[in-house]
Amino acid sequence: MKRLAAILAAAALLGAAPQAPPVALDALLAETPAPTLDAYRLFTDAGGRSPNARVTPYGLNTPLFSDYAEKVRFVFLPPGQAAAYTAAGALDFPVGTTLVKTFAYPADFRRPGEKVRLLETRLLIRKAEGWTALAYVWNEEQTLARLKRAGTRLDVGFIDAAGRPWQVDYAVPNVNQCKECHSVAGQIAPLGPKARNLNGAFPYASGPENQLAHWTRAGMLTGAPALAKAPRTAVWDDVAEPLAARAEAYLDANCAHCHNARGMASNSGLFLDVDETRPAARGIGKRPVAAGRGSGGLEVSIAPGDPAASILLHRMRSAEPGVMMPELGRSLVHEEGVALVAQYIAGLQPPH
Amino acid sequence: MRSLAITLAAVLAAGSAQAKTLAVTPGANAQERVQTALLDAKPGDVIELGAGRYDFTDGLSLDVDGVTVKGAGPGQTILSFAGQKGAGEGLLVTSDRVVMRDFSMQDTKGDGIKAKGSDQISFVNLVVEWTGGPKETNGAYGVYPVSSTNVLVDKVTVRGASDAGIYVGQSRNIVVRNSTAEFNVAGIEIENSMNADVYDNVATRNAGGILVFDLPNLPQMGGHSTRIFRNRVVDNDTPNFAPKGNIVANVPTGTGVMLMANKNVHVFDNEIDGNASAAVILIAYSQTFDDKTYNPLPRDIVVRNNRLGRNAWAPAFPGGAVLAKALGGTVPPVIWDGVVTWPGSEAVRVRLSDGPVVNLNLPKPGAMMEANPQISPTLGDAAIEEPKPVVLPADQDKLIP
Repeated sequence: MKRLAAILAAAALLGAAPQAPPVALDALLAETPAPTLDAYRLFTDAGGRSPNARVTPYGLNTPLFSDYAEKVRFVFLPPGQAAAYTAAGALDFPVGTTLVKTFAYPADFRRPGEKVRLLETRLLIRKAEGWTALAYVWNEEQTLARLKRAGTRLDVGFIDAAGRPWQVDYAVPNVNQCKECHSVAGQIAPLGPKARNLNGAFPYASGPENQLAHWTRAGMLTGAPALAKAPRTAVWDDVAEPLAARAEAYLDANCAHCHNARGMASNSGLFLDVDETRPAARGIGKRPVAAGRGSGGLEVSIAPGDPAASILLHRMRSAEPGVMMPELGRSLVHEEGVALVAQYIAGLQPPH
Repeated sequence: MRSLAITLAAVLAAGSAQAKTLAVTPGANAQERVQTALLDAKPGDVIELGAGRYDFTDGLSLDVDGVTVKGAGPGQTILSFAGQKGAGEGLLVTSDRVVMRDFSMQDTKGDGIKAKGSDQISFVNLVVEWTGGPKETNGAYGVYPVSSTNVLVDKVTVRGASDAGIYVGQSRNIVVRNSTAEFNVAGIEIENSMNADVYDNVATRNAGGILVFDLPNLPQMGGHSTRIFRNRVVDNDTPNFAPKGNIVANVPTGTGVMLMANKNVHVFDNEIDGNASAAVILIAYSQTFDDKTYNPLPRDIVVRNNRLGRNAWAPAFPGGAVLAKALGGTVPPVIWDGVVTWPGSEAVRVRLSDGPVVNLNLPKPGAMMEANPQISPTLGDAAIEEPKPVVLPADQDKLIP
């Protein structure tokens, strides 16, 4: 997950011009978004690969699956500003904070640092009145990223780590769709940078370090407790971690942005955030409400011990609009995620 | 952006001198041009979709308050989602005071038009359809306001939904009128909602015509106060084609009106005819559930002054044939499962003045094998106060289809 970010961040250090002009905070906070990404000076190069000063790479223990795209994440904090620690939800970021996420594919995942094609760079900008979401799409020459408010589709091909070729009908979201996933009670909020999901090591140029510790040391974060006291999201694909924790982290990252009491799917009554403990709300024996053909002819969201009878898994296994979950953000089936959740459901005890 | 052919024409609109019309025409790049208009619109603006067919590859969405999306008329402006590759619906509205009117929407992969958490949401003079006829692979709902307040569905036709054509869920203050639902599993469905008036509609050729349900394990439960009147609920004879697992898959083909686990529902002055299973069914929710706050019984139900034609000649529900045989060949048109006890439930009252009525006297929800049917010309005379007419905000109520 953090490989490409680390590679790019390391490359950035080699080529960084120390006297580059700083990030254009005024452009970030302007009412009208800039037509091209370079206006913000978040990167010192035209290709968006060398982050400017104060633009710090970060990674997540368990991210959202996005058609196998590599995601390179950065956070920009205005000079003299820091995020405030919160145990639940996203950290409390100051006005001017910009979360930067570039979606990219190496031509061949067996050589992740070579022939990397950037598709889009999404920004979440913290303004006085709240967060704004924007998506910038990179040109074929990889020299310019243009604002694309209405979304678009991009053709992508890559070779996976096993040497298999893939074609992706990659969707860049429209700005409303950004909000659909990033909506908390109708307001845009960051999803990834929660303390629990940042609570892991990142391969900084200076060496690996826990991100909460690094942020605190760098003056980017105030109020963090001792690491042992901070909540931590399991790493979904680290088999050394307990299965349930990994599966629940996966469902939280991939489903709970909508499937929580204040999200877009609140009306479903299916809540998959890590804090939800009621079995029925988590889908155990829960019958669908508005699944339509998404039910796949099955009766309940999760049938403990019986993955094949679980609607949740059926929808994860589908790549068909109207059936697949999540509704946005993927066109491929995440085979590894499906395997994890299937294993988790298989191990759940059927009710007595 | 600038190159997109969206022409802005200033129009004078009452109360908003700034309001403008964003005109969009069919043709290449419709996806981007229509979506851009939906993003650019300001409160008070009208997005005018010119006549012709628009082909979309992705769902559209609107998140601006006070916008009207207007076509040249159903069948004139056609939004086709036959090539849809993503999103759970054709158009998603998440803002308030939105009017969608005068267009057709076809072949969405999921739901047709969904509104989530909207106040004053109006669907006026629309056709939402799946052009291949009733199929299990069609989307679930045609129009789908949910978790909303002040909902108006007026002169809307829905055909082919694999769940409910017109579906209102977890909402308050609802009017569904002058609309037609045909060839859906359920024609019109009001679910987990409070204060709905459903009148002057036609529900025909569905599996079930008009349903009022309440389901467990949802943020809003305890649905109550619905009036169903002056509707034509006729010839609902399309074999139920809902995918299993959905609650409407249990609606017997040939059901006129079905009331399940809801409170204070009044069914009156309707024409109910040609429904082979039943004219009106009152039934408890009988599936297993884990929710202490949920009451599965229908209660405070009034059925009166309806014109019941020929109904219930071939009941398609489990045990229906056996029941018909036991009752001398036919089943009465009004059927109540007769479950009156549930832990914590208030007294179950009914006034079923149309009949004959059969009370199955089930000891608990779903216990059909323990039925003890009793037939009577009418059943119950409880004085159940009718809900007051639903009043929508004035500017919403005066929208003319």
